[in-house]
Amino acid sequence: MVKDSKPRKIRLSANPTAAALADLRIGDIVYLDGRVYTAREGVYKRVLEDGIAMPMDLPADSAANFHCSPAATQHDDGSFDLGAVTATASFRFSKWIGPWLAASGAKLIIGKGGMSSKDYREHFVPHGAIYLTTVGYGTGALLGRGVKQVSNLHWKKELGLAQAMWVLDVENFGPFIVESDLDGNSLFERENARISASLDKVYEGTRPAVLKRFGETDDRSDEMI
Amino acid sequence: MINIELIQKTAESLMAKAAIEIPDDYLTGLQKAANDEDGDLSSFVLEAMLENYVAAKEDRRAMCGDTGCPRWYVKMGNESQIDGGPIALEAALRRATANATKSVPLRPNRVHPLWRTDHDNNVGIGAPEIEYGFEPDGNWIDLVTVHKGGLFGTDYRMLFPSDGIEGIKRFYLDSLVAFGKRGLACQPAIIGIGLGGSKDSCMVLGKRAACLRMVGDRNPDPKIAALEDEFKELGNSIGMGAMGFVGKSMVIDCNIEVGYCHTGGMQMSVHAFCLSSRRAVARIYNDGRVEFRTDPAWFTDYQRRETVEW
Repeated sequence: MVKDSKPRKIRLSANPTAAALADLRIGDIVYLDGRVYTAREGVYKRVLEDGIAMPMDLPADSAANFHCSPAATQHDDGSFDLGAVTATASFRFSKWIGPWLAASGAKLIIGKGGMSSKDYREHFVPHGAIYLTTVGYGTGALLGRGVKQVSNLHWKKELGLAQAMWVLDVENFGPFIVESDLDGNSLFERENARISASLDKVYEGTRPAVLKRFGETDDRSDEMI
Repeated sequence: MINIELIQKTAESLMAKAAIEIPDDYLTGLQKAANDEDGDLSSFVLEAMLENYVAAKEDRRAMCGDTGCPRWYVKMGNESQIDGGPIALEAALRRATANATKSVPLRPNRVHPLWRTDHDNNVGIGAPEIEYGFEPDGNWIDLVTVHKGGLFGTDYRMLFPSDGIEGIKRFYLDSLVAFGKRGLACQPAIIGIGLGGSKDSCMVLGKRAACLRMVGDRNPDPKIAALEDEFKELGNSIGMGAMGFVGKSMVIDCNIEVGYCHTGGMQMSVHAFCLSSRRAVARIYNDGRVEFRTDPAWFTDYQRRETVEW
């Protein structure tokens, strides 16, 4: 088995230069500084399908799209109470990600679990974007500490707190792990391949169910996403 | 007579404790996993999680941003008396859920399945779930809240007696490998397995096995206890760790619960209680005393009774 070196830790701007992105390797640990915003299916539908203008100047305001709904509330006086922050699984947003990268100019997509290397090659690479995954799922309290302030909350009424667009000013915000690089390589897919190599042995002494199911596979290198 | 305001106040405390404080039994299990782990990325992830638990307690903020779907298990001692009865109790638990969603704060996860209506308070049709158990004697009620996360990591399958242990192992491994990739199951997890019952009660047994038993305890049937040990070991031998990275920390513990089933079948469900295994318990006595703990102590001899009479 290939032995990894200990992961590198890197501070990165939320509006990163192309050179800074080119320096990143899959498996690096990243902490962000600057401004990030949340956008998931609610925002994607509203902008990409309903054609409603974005409430922010992207990517000038921020080039970091977080697939997230924070554990947070807005008080009657307009102030915010933001506790923990954790990503949601990104593979569900595959159908919107190409048009979204084009519309938003995002360079960093932050979420849970990554997307497929097909998505990276087809959509991320042409836009010079990479994917950062949250750690563990999740280090919500650590990420909450990295949020210095909620600078805005867009579309709360239209989308509800969970789907609204939260604009967060962050410092030393992390940890995240570099899941895809500028060439479209995926850390998760690399790890899957390493693990799959020994699965046959783990499965020794087991037997497939007598009643099969539609779509069933015995190819354990398959993924669910 | 248990005062209804006391129930609501206690329930609000439990909501905060569950969201913020990792239970000691899970924490000890994860510390052991972190010591044993030798995958570099997996190790980094486990260390970050341990740091995260400390940060959550220090800051009194939820340990995970996805605070799951709050639910309640209520166990009533046969001699307990609730002011206003079960209707008042349910209203108090719904109010506590809504209030705590704002005060902790929790993520308002609960929406209508079709219209996606969000009341921003984790309360709605059928939400939070409130389930009941009873216990002989007992001049108390136990309130247990579980905020289980997870769109992933759970599966059900109708197996048959001819599938045998080999078939059970296959479905167990399939569930762990499928949902362990990319860490969708938020492992290392407490894995609960339900065997038997009917389709719905099999799911209930598996979920309760994951959420209502302590890391390290064992089923009273010695042969099932041996299976729990074997399955824990098997899950950790897959070669997969936290986030689906190369490693060996997949299962903090494996708990199995069974129920009598149709003679032709062998239902099986698998559930994963995640890196933020959120559960908190309080016992409220008729005289107003309140005792907090983390062990639901749900599966008593009475809950697992096998005979006609107790």
